[in-house]
Amino acid sequence: MVGYILRRLLSAVPVMMIVAVLVFLMLRLTPADPAAIIAGDFANDQQIAEIRNRLGLDKPIIQQFAIWIGNMALGDFGESFFYKKQVAALIMERLEPTLSLSLLSIFLTVAIAVPLGTLAAYKQGSWVDRVVMGFSVIGFSVPVFVLGYILIYVLAVRLDWFPVQGYRYIRDGVGGWLLHLILPALTLSIVFVALIARMTRTSVLEVLHEDYIRTARAKGQSELKVLVRHALANAAVPILTVIGITFATLIGGVVVTESVYTLPGLGLLTVDAVLARDYPTIQAVILLFSLAYVLVNLAVDLAYTLFDPRIRY
Amino acid sequence: MAIADATPLRPRTSTLRQLARSSSVVIGGLLVAAMVAVAALAPWLGTRNPGEVNPSVRNKLPGFEATIRDDDGNKVPVSYRFGTDSLGRDIYSRVLYGARVSLIVGLTVSVISLAVGLLIGLIAGYVRWLDGIIMRFMDGLMAIPAILLAIGVVSIFRAGLFAVIVAIVVPEVPRVVRLVRSIVLSIREEPYVESAITVGTPTPLLIVRHVLPNTIAPLIVQGTFICAAAILIEAILSFLGIGIPPEIPTWGNIMAEGRTLFRVFPHNILYPGIFLAITVLGVNMLGDGLRDVLDPKMERRG
Repeated sequence: MVGYILRRLLSAVPVMMIVAVLVFLMLRLTPADPAAIIAGDFANDQQIAEIRNRLGLDKPIIQQFAIWIGNMALGDFGESFFYKKQVAALIMERLEPTLSLSLLSIFLTVAIAVPLGTLAAYKQGSWVDRVVMGFSVIGFSVPVFVLGYILIYVLAVRLDWFPVQGYRYIRDGVGGWLLHLILPALTLSIVFVALIARMTRTSVLEVLHEDYIRTARAKGQSELKVLVRHALANAAVPILTVIGITFATLIGGVVVTESVYTLPGLGLLTVDAVLARDYPTIQAVILLFSLAYVLVNLAVDLAYTLFDPRIRY
Repeated sequence: MAIADATPLRPRTSTLRQLARSSSVVIGGLLVAAMVAVAALAPWLGTRNPGEVNPSVRNKLPGFEATIRDDDGNKVPVSYRFGTDSLGRDIYSRVLYGARVSLIVGLTVSVISLAVGLLIGLIAGYVRWLDGIIMRFMDGLMAIPAILLAIGVVSIFRAGLFAVIVAIVVPEVPRVVRLVRSIVLSIREEPYVESAITVGTPTPLLIVRHVLPNTIAPLIVQGTFICAAAILIEAILSFLGIGIPPEIPTWGNIMAEGRTLFRVFPHNILYPGIFLAITVLGVNMLGDGLRDVLDPKMERRG
């Protein structure tokens, strides 16, 4: 098992190296000269040359890449062109809203989608099933930001149940933090509820006709226990896989949701960085999110063993 | 001659009939057709110049009627069906013209992604020593979440339609490459292809005659999903203010413009939002139906 985890971790290294090369090349492909961006509009050629020298931009490209990747590995993402401070520090400041939003959305998604999908499978062909399936087609197609504004308009502007926009840090009180997060997290989850409820339904349907389900019923176990202990536990692997794959979509959704609800997280930072042509920040955020995506899928692979003891590594 | 004509015709008719029976294909197709009609007929559907600024009718609610002077100085009554934005532009006209940008982006991105992906996929499937390099490179591209990759590409170029199209094509290509490569690898194992190789059929002819026909159905299905994703990502990029320049009316741009006054005038966001949702829903349903009929083995990607 430990050997397998190590092997899998190592297999993520080449993928991340290629991501790093792509992200590094991104900066080289830009028509703009980073040194000129940093120096500002009123700099003379000598100042620009000095900055170029300080950043190592006058060195051969391979050497530049080696230095860059070495710094990245040590957590040094360089200095932001726009905010004039360390990108690593900038990211740490913006991490909390993004992490809070993603984790709460994943929690909401699983808490809503798995019971809904299981129920739809259990009552296959009934109105419950049809409502869930219909919702899953529509939920998948309504763009996150459209949904976000509809929810803000109905639940925040009209009914005044939730604050319209903004974020409260968790250190200022859990209540305010949660209240400001519920609507964004709900917005973000609906797309994934649609996807995962659908997958859960298919997956549970497949196992519901297995012999061991009939056996469990025959020995007099309650229907709830049959569904949870026997059906759902055996249907968990494909559900987990979908959660892993959709994590990339979730990251995209986070960027959009933060923008709709003005949450000062990494997504908003990315958009501001693009507008300001702040390349070190853009590079760091892309690298970080890709790493998170790769690691989540790694974790999903490893979690298979928890749900299916037949899978041995 | 008559027989040669009739034989390929039979499965084709049955596929068409199957498509006509599929409710997703019919409903999705109708929604898409309606949107194409709206985009094509925009100038004749009672629209005004979508870029026309009129300070006297700023921020009006849907259904607002006004009398304004046209270019010749005559007073004409105007009905703003979807209201106006903060510059007094007619939302109805902007939404209808916005359909053009969305559909052009969706179609262009899917055609380019399919063409590029097909080419690279064929190379990966046939040139063995390049296969490893190409596929590792594609794995790397796929490890970057699509929207972030698009944002990264957009940041390289100056904002514009071209930059947006390239930015959406780049994340979509690896998925097409994977699909094409897997088809090539499985087709090569087929007995009829092996016998064609044995009798010395040259590779280009082999590709045209045996490989390409097998890629058509999966690529059509994949193309539909790419089209839906492209329409969505274009709207997101424009909405975030990093997509198509704000003076071009697109659904994302109209929504971005409406953000500041959203609490009082939600129509700026709701109308383009509804059009966007209907279009994406239509294309997705069409894709779902096409997949079920043409390519039942293929899994929907997440």
